[in-house]
Amino acid sequence: MSTQFRPTEDTQVCDVVAWALSDGTPLEIVGHGTKSGIGRTVNLSATLETGDLTGITYYEPSELALTARAGTPLADIEAKLAENQQQLAFEPPDLGPLFGAPAGQATIGGIVGCNLSGPRRVKAGAARDHFLGVNAVSGRGELFKSGGRVVKNVSGYDLCKVLAGSYGTLAVLTDVTLKVLPAPEKTRTVLAFGLDDAAAVRAMGEAARSTLEPSALAHMPKPVATGSDVSYVAQADASVTAIRVEGTEQSVLYRCERLRELLGALASVEELHGHNSATLWRGIGNVGPFVARPDRPVWRLSVPPSAASAIVNEIDGVCEADWYYDWAGGLIWLAVDPGTEDGGASIVRGALAHAGQGGHATLVRGDAELRARVPVFQPQSAPLAALSARLKAQFDPQGVLNPGRMVTEGR
Amino acid sequence: MQMPEPDRQVIAARDDLIGALRAIVPGEGVIADSDELSAYETDGLTAYKMRPMVVVLPETTGQVADILKLCADRRVKVVPRGAGTGLSGGALPLADGVTLGLGKFNQILEIDYDNRCAVVQPGVTNLAISQAVDQDGYYYAPDPSSQIACSIGGNVAENSGGVHCLKYGVTTNNILGIEMVTMDGEVLRLGGRHLDAEGYDLLGIMTGSEGLLGVITEITVRILTKPETARALLIGFPSVEAGGACVAGVIEAGIIPGGMEMMDKAAIHAAEDFCHAGYPLDVESLLIVELDGPQVEVDGLIETVSEIAKSCGAISVRVSESDEERQRFWLGRKAAFPAVGRISPDYYCMDGTIPRKRLPDILKAMSELSKKYDLRVANVFHAGDGNLHPLILYDANNPGELEKTEEFGAEILKLCVEMGGVLSGEHGIGVEKRDLMGAMFNEIDLNQQQRVKCAFDPEGLLNPGKVFPELHRCAELGKMHVHHGKLPFPDLPRF
Ligand SMILES: Cc1cc2nc3c(=O)[nH]c(=O)nc-3n(C[C@H](O)[C@H](O)[C@H](O)COP(=O)(O)OP(=O)(O)OC[C@H]3O[C@@H](n4cnc5c(N)ncnc54)[C@H](O)[C@@H]3O)c2cc1C
Repeated sequence: MSTQFRPTEDTQVCDVVAWALSDGTPLEIVGHGTKSGIGRTVNLSATLETGDLTGITYYEPSELALTARAGTPLADIEAKLAENQQQLAFEPPDLGPLFGAPAGQATIGGIVGCNLSGPRRVKAGAARDHFLGVNAVSGRGELFKSGGRVVKNVSGYDLCKVLAGSYGTLAVLTDVTLKVLPAPEKTRTVLAFGLDDAAAVRAMGEAARSTLEPSALAHMPKPVATGSDVSYVAQADASVTAIRVEGTEQSVLYRCERLRELLGALASVEELHGHNSATLWRGIGNVGPFVARPDRPVWRLSVPPSAASAIVNEIDGVCEADWYYDWAGGLIWLAVDPGTEDGGASIVRGALAHAGQGGHATLVRGDAELRARVPVFQPQSAPLAALSARLKAQFDPQGVLNPGRMVTEGR
Repeated sequence: MQMPEPDRQVIAARDDLIGALRAIVPGEGVIADSDELSAYETDGLTAYKMRPMVVVLPETTGQVADILKLCADRRVKVVPRGAGTGLSGGALPLADGVTLGLGKFNQILEIDYDNRCAVVQPGVTNLAISQAVDQDGYYYAPDPSSQIACSIGGNVAENSGGVHCLKYGVTTNNILGIEMVTMDGEVLRLGGRHLDAEGYDLLGIMTGSEGLLGVITEITVRILTKPETARALLIGFPSVEAGGACVAGVIEAGIIPGGMEMMDKAAIHAAEDFCHAGYPLDVESLLIVELDGPQVEVDGLIETVSEIAKSCGAISVRVSESDEERQRFWLGRKAAFPAVGRISPDYYCMDGTIPRKRLPDILKAMSELSKKYDLRVANVFHAGDGNLHPLILYDANNPGELEKTEEFGAEILKLCVEMGGVLSGEHGIGVEKRDLMGAMFNEIDLNQQQRVKCAFDPEGLLNPGKVFPELHRCAELGKMHVHHGKLPFPDLPRF
């Protein structure tokens, strides 16, 4: 029988971990469980849910900072920020639907714990870059804090960084303080049609290097573009490269014009305003194109942009796949045919290795059996893996927090 | 300042160690001569001095690894050192320690415009990176005032900031990867030219770790395209409160300027006397707001900021009409430290951060403390992000004055923490603020941080005596007291 704990106080989180330690029963740590599908399969009999640790406990718009309990729904935070024309600049995606969960369920602790960032990451930084302070309970059952409420801070090690993206394997986050930023007054997206992957990555690179300060750059090959929720994109009957500019009205109109010139020299162009632009980027960030056909394993590759199209080309040559690029080519989302040997792990990681430019590939969606069989996260070199294991042991010496979520040896 | 007790056995074996180091780094790379060693006695926090046992200046990562392995085997402490401009004593030597200087790692290895990054060695100066890419229209964003001298390795170790960090982030937001060597001589690569870590974000924890976790031997930095244009406003206010209100007003209007810096009256006068930047002298506070981006955007924002300034009671507003004028506005701010150095035999630079809106409160408290200690203070701040640099003026030749100054400084930093801020915004804890860590963190917090150290350097040989007020053995920190028994709160919600 499985036990589920839903603490409402920090002290109760400590108690649950203390119980886990004394009982020798490891805990699965979840927010609302929308992203339980990411990471290795952990079959644990006890679950600690942070979903009842809710509420925004500090928000000062002029300080550009907000503190929330870890289980606070992301949607509540975004609504509160919107009242003050502010936002989380890393554009947190909602991956719930990718795993068959309803939209709008994500908690802020889950977003930060998985270090999830959307299209604006390329300009504004990742979740970890906006993670200013934390309260958390370690696998020792101790509540500790790190960081603060201010952006400039070099007071002790920046534990927020390792906690972001640790998938609940180091500590249970109870409160997170995030940097918030003004929401842009205006947004425009310029579309270019019919570029092949290599040309699109070059064009995105050129735009990223220009003075036009694009805040998002993505490329969808024709099969992906066709499924878009935005009719301009879906009906283009061609690949679509999308580049977004944001800021004050005058600035956006000017930059949009310049961007049209830049891309117009390569392809026919179109522009998206307000609602359509928002829908397009939401879909790109939320991996909308791969929500349908949940049987397909989905990979997320972080690569140097200059290596992107060659890596995809190699993968495409040996398996049935769909893909699109975000972050100016630095992020590749790839869905492979369900019949592909080991979910495509050897092909995908082989292509990365052949390119020889670094980067990593994560199996973001795959059935439990597949995730138990292939390394979900990019395997690390032996010394790096050993250091990471030592770090885990320093936070969670008995391995009671999400053991095995990241690697087999208990992390 | 209590430093770890020097190990007599290590000191007794000095000659033998020097021989072994010379076998790794031939020629002039090992400095053992007492006069030559004195050049390494201190960093930018000159009040603290200690002659290192020996200095070694390797040129390759392999040599760094061999040196660290040798020192680990012999249980010799190692202090990494960049350019020695640190202001918290992070590179303060140890009497029984090897100072490992990275000055010879001074090459820019690769500039990769396609991926908007550059691969550099740690001894390259911050400014040299921007200069190397300048002609192609790029720059490296974090720009500490010490940028002509400080090393990029030191910047990573201190997570340094600068006036442009409000909009573009501090060091941690502007690096993609490093190569590092752990105390046991293992070479690791973290990150690369791609974004985000594949596992735990060790790069994030290395940044700002003050030389306690590993020696950084290569860095991949992000480079940015220079903005189309930049213009600045120079705004004078009749009170510090009015200046503070303007800072909040700008942020509330949804504007994140490229830089937003403030100076108080004492700093304005010192700066103006020193470099004749044309600062108004009849004001209590001066704000420099720089806006960058496309021309149309900048021109529009200049208007908006002028209006906000006027509504906050500004008594003088000047807008730069040329790049020379913009740079003249910055001249006094950038030279504020040396300018203050001219009006006092010594000054002590503090570095706390507070929530912006507490600016008037902390200034008021400081002026009271200034009376209490009978020491003058000049203030410059990175106002946009609440990072204060009070400069306490003193004379080290007056017996007891340094101690009094340090006490004054400690009171300021404790106030920063009380007001919801932190002990250090960008200069680090080092030895300087080590014993104040308890004002911000409890024992559990500090122990968890030290456990991170245990994962990297279990013997505590890398830069000991810095950052942590008390050193615990890793074995002691690893102990756990598990209470066997029932859940203390049986009514805890379970489903
Ligand atoms: C006039 C003046 C103005 C300044 N202005 C600013 C400012 O605007 N913003 C700001 O943030 N700082 C400022 N500083 C502080 C200082 O310049 C920065 O902290 C700088 O990053 C230190 O670099 P460094 O190379 O001199 O490092 P050092 O002083 O040599 O070392 C600093 C710390 O880093 C460690 N370290 C150095 N190199 C390495 C390495 N390769 N691997 C591992 N550890 C290493 C050392 O052990 C030490 O703990 C200023 C200093 C001065 C003197």
